[in-house]
Amino acid sequence: MSDDELIWRIAGGSGDGIDSTSQNFAKALMRSGLNVFTHRHYPSRIRGGHTYVEIRAAEHEVQSRGDGYNFLLALGDSFARNPQEEAYYGNEEIKPLSENLDDLREGGVIIYDEGLISEEDVEEIDLHERAEENGWHVYPMDLRGLAKEHGREVMRNTAGVGATAALLDMELEHIKDLMADAMGGDILEANIEILHEAYDTVSEEYDFEHELRAPEGEHENEQALLSGSNAIAYGAIDAGCRFIAGYPMTPWTDVFTILSQNFPDMGGVSEQVEDEIAAAALAVGASHAGVKAMSGSSGGGFALMSEPLGLAEMTETPVVLVESMRAGPSTGMPTKPEQADLEHVLYTSQGDSQRVVFAPGTIEEAYEQTRLAFDIAWDYQIPAIVIYDQKLSGENKNVDVDFFDREPSPDLGSTMTEEELKEAAHDASGKFKRFNYETAEDGVAKRSIPGQKGGRYLATGNEHSPVGHISEDPDNRVAQMERRLEKLEAIREELDEERDSTQTYFGEEDAEYGIITWGSSQGAVEEAIERLNENGHSVKGLSVSDMMPFAEKEVTEFLESVDEAMVVEMNATAQFRGLIQKELGRFGDKMTSLLKFNGNPFEPAEIVEGYEVNLADEDRQPTAQVRIEPAAGD
Amino acid sequence: MSAFNAIGEEREIDRDEFTPGVEPQPTWCPGCGDFGVLKSLKQALPEVGKNPEEVLTVTGIGCSGKLNSYLDTYGFHTIHGRSLPVARAAKLANPELEVIAAGGDGDGYGIGGNHFIHTARENHDMTYIVFNNEIFGLTKGQTSPTSPKGHKSKTQPSGSAKTPLRPLSTSLNAGASYIARTAAVNPNQAKEIIKEAIEHDGFAHVDFLTQCPTWNKDARQYVPYIDVQESDDYDFDHTDRGEAAEMMRETEDVLNEGTVLTGRYYVDEDRPSYTEEKAAVGEMPDEPLAERYFDDDAEWERSYDLLDRHK
Repeated sequence: MSDDELIWRIAGGSGDGIDSTSQNFAKALMRSGLNVFTHRHYPSRIRGGHTYVEIRAAEHEVQSRGDGYNFLLALGDSFARNPQEEAYYGNEEIKPLSENLDDLREGGVIIYDEGLISEEDVEEIDLHERAEENGWHVYPMDLRGLAKEHGREVMRNTAGVGATAALLDMELEHIKDLMADAMGGDILEANIEILHEAYDTVSEEYDFEHELRAPEGEHENEQALLSGSNAIAYGAIDAGCRFIAGYPMTPWTDVFTILSQNFPDMGGVSEQVEDEIAAAALAVGASHAGVKAMSGSSGGGFALMSEPLGLAEMTETPVVLVESMRAGPSTGMPTKPEQADLEHVLYTSQGDSQRVVFAPGTIEEAYEQTRLAFDIAWDYQIPAIVIYDQKLSGENKNVDVDFFDREPSPDLGSTMTEEELKEAAHDASGKFKRFNYETAEDGVAKRSIPGQKGGRYLATGNEHSPVGHISEDPDNRVAQMERRLEKLEAIREELDEERDSTQTYFGEEDAEYGIITWGSSQGAVEEAIERLNENGHSVKGLSVSDMMPFAEKEVTEFLESVDEAMVVEMNATAQFRGLIQKELGRFGDKMTSLLKFNGNPFEPAEIVEGYEVNLADEDRQPTAQVRIEPAAGD
Repeated sequence: MSAFNAIGEEREIDRDEFTPGVEPQPTWCPGCGDFGVLKSLKQALPEVGKNPEEVLTVTGIGCSGKLNSYLDTYGFHTIHGRSLPVARAAKLANPELEVIAAGGDGDGYGIGGNHFIHTARENHDMTYIVFNNEIFGLTKGQTSPTSPKGHKSKTQPSGSAKTPLRPLSTSLNAGASYIARTAAVNPNQAKEIIKEAIEHDGFAHVDFLTQCPTWNKDARQYVPYIDVQESDDYDFDHTDRGEAAEMMRETEDVLNEGTVLTGRYYVDEDRPSYTEEKAAVGEMPDEPLAERYFDDDAEWERSYDLLDRHK
C-alpha cells in the first residue's frame, strides 16, 4: 500500500458520463508521465444505478487495481426517481458517496457534490464522524451549481475534475488538451470555463488539510491508453483478420464493436447475425472461402457455438473465437468478472475434439496471444480460442506505442495456391486430396480454397476420406483421427521450442512457495508476490496462458521447484487447479486454492491474506480451498 | 490477376463433369425424390455456364445433405440446420463464387428455421434448395415441420396435433426475392426453376418436393402435379406480393388434400441483394475479400496507425 500512488475513484449514476470523464482523466495522468490502470465497476442497467471507475496512477508500473483507494469524487446520481421508486431503492442521490466509503484508505480525500447531496443526507450517513475516525479530508462543493452557472448541469463532471486537479496540485494543461480533442465550439468553451472556475475556487477558497498530491513521473516513449478489448481487436487486425460475425453479449460486445467500427475502413466485413450459432458458423464459412475470420461471445453465447466449433475441428477450418467470461451460471451476473468458463471452453463439443486455448493475463498478452491464436489456427487448421473476462475486457492501461509498431501477418498459413495445387495429389476423378494423411506434416494437410482451379474437395463434419467423402472405413478413421490429434502435439512443440513462452513468472527462482494463477488475476498476484517478498517471505509466481495444449513442461518444473503452491482463480470450483491435476496427474498434495467468486476481482491484499491463512493453518488438508468472503461494501 | 481462376472461366462445360468419377454411388433409396434434385442441378449448372470449381454447394444434415457427395463441385457438408450461415459467409468472403445451399425440411424449416428467416430477410445472393419430403428420412420416419396435421409416426403415435409450416408464405414474409416450388416428378420444370434460381440476384428459395418412398408413403400425392403458370385454372401475377401471398396460401392448403401445385410464386427482380445493400452503406469491400489474401502487393492496415485515439 504505497503512498506514492493516486487511486482516484469517480462515482456517480450510470449514464452520467463517468466513463468518458475517467478516460480523459486517466489520459491526462498518463500524459503527465505516470503509469495508469483503470478498473470499471458497473451494474447491468442502461441508465441509473450507481457506478464507479477507479484510476490508479503511479510512477512505477501498475498491473492491477490497488487495495482500496485514496481519492473519491462523488458526483451524486442525477437520475432521481419518482417517489415510488425512491421508496423502493432508497435515496439514490447519495449512493455515490455512501456506498464508496468502505474501501477509502485512511487519510483519503473526498469531494462530493453538495449541489445534489444535501447536508442532512450527509449527516444521516455519519460522514463527519467517520471522516474523523479515518482521517479523511472532506471537501463539499456545489459542482452542479457551478456547472449550471457557466454552462449546463451535465458539465458537473468537469467541475469535479477541476476540483480534483486543484486538490492534487495538478496542472490543467493535459486535461484541457484532451477536452479540445473531444469537443469544440461553445461546449468546449463552457467546459474550459467550468474547469478553471472549479480549480480556482478550490485553490483560493479551500484550506488543504490533506497530504495526498498527484505523483510525478516521466515516460521515455509515447504512451497509449487502451483496454484488453482494444488489445484483442488490434491483435486480430494485425494478424490480418478482416471478417467478424457476432451477436451482442456483455462483455464480448466490446471486441465486436471495435472491429465493426474499424473494418469498413480496412476493406473488412462485419456481420451482426441472428444468434451465436450463426455467428460462429459464418466465421467458419468465411474462413473456408479464404478469409481470416473470427467470432466470439461470452459464456451463454459461446454455449451456442459448440456445434460450429466442432465442425471447424472436424473440417479443419481455421477460426479464432474469443470468449469473454462473466459470472455464471446461466445469465449469472452479466457485468461482473469471473473465471469459471475454463472447462466450458476446453471441453465443449462432442467427440475427441481438440482446439487451442490461450488465456492472456494482461493487455499486452491479450494482443500477443490473439495474434498467436491466428498464427496457430491458420498454420495448423484448427480452431483457436482466446479466453479472457470482463475484468481484462474493460480495464485500461498505458502501453508504449512502440509495442504496436510491427508488421502485420495476414498469411493464410497452410493454404495452397493454384500453382501448388497443380503438383498436389488428386484422385482419379480429379478431386484434390485435401485430407491426405499420407503426405501430411505435423498432422497438417494443406488446403485449397473454393474457386481455385484443381482444388475441389468436400469438407464435411462426417468422418471422411482424403478427398472428403464420408467414410466409416476403420483404417481411414484411425489414420484421420491420429493425424488430427498429432497437430496438438506439434503445436505444443512449437510453443516450447520456437516461440517465446506465453507463461509469466514472478519473484525469485529459488523461492520455496509458489502462487499459480491464470488470466486476469495475474496483475493482482504479481503485486501480492512483490509485497510478500518485501515482507520477508519466499514466494514466486507463475501465470499460465497455454490452457490447451497445456503448458505441461513449465508448470511441472514450477511445481517441482516449490514445497507448496497456492492456485489463485476467480471461480468457486477450482477449475484451473483441476486442469493442472488432470494434465499432470500429480501435485495434488502440493496445491491449495484461493478462490473468489463474489463478482469482484482480487485485490492484492486478499492474495496476501490467502497466503497467510494457508500457511498458518498447519492442519489444513492438501485439497483446502480458501474462499474470499465479500468485504463489507463489496 | 485472380487467385481463383476457375471463376468465370470461359469453356464448354459438360454435365458429366458434375458426376464424381470414382465414388461414391448415391445411398438414396430407389425412387427417392432426391435424385431429381441432383439431376436438375447437373443439367442446370452447365446450361447457366457454371463449372464445378466456381460452385460451392453447402448442405446440412439428412438424406439431402449428401447432395454434395454426389454433385462434384466444391462442397461443404455442414451440420444440422447450419448450411445457410456457412453459405452466406462464403458468399461475403468471395461474392464471385456461385453459392448453392441445400437441406431438408427438418434442416431448413425446423432446426435451421431462424437462419432461413434471416437469410431470406437479408436477401443474400444464393440459391437455397429445400428437399421437402414432409418427413425425417435419415432418422427413419419421424414427423417433420411440414408433415400434415394428423401425421402418425413413432414419435407422434396419435397423429401430429400441429398444422404444417408454410414454407412459401414464410419465405415471402421473411423477404426472399425469388420463391418457387417444384417437384422431383417434374424434371423439366425443376431444371428451369433451378436455372432461374441460380441466375437470380438475391435469395432464391426453391421448395423442392422430393417424395420419400421409404418413410412417407403419402408421397405418391406429388403426382399428378400442376404447374400454376401453365394451368388455365390459376391466374396470378407472381411479381405482385399480394397475389403471390394468396396463391402460396392456397398451394400450401391443398397440398395435403392431394393437389400438388408447383411453379414460380414470387419474383422480385428489383430488390437489391445483400452485398449490394451492404456496399450502399459502405460496408462491403470493392474487391472480393478472399483475393486480397493471395495478393502479394496488398497493403494491410496496422493497429499502430489507430493509436492516436488512445494517446
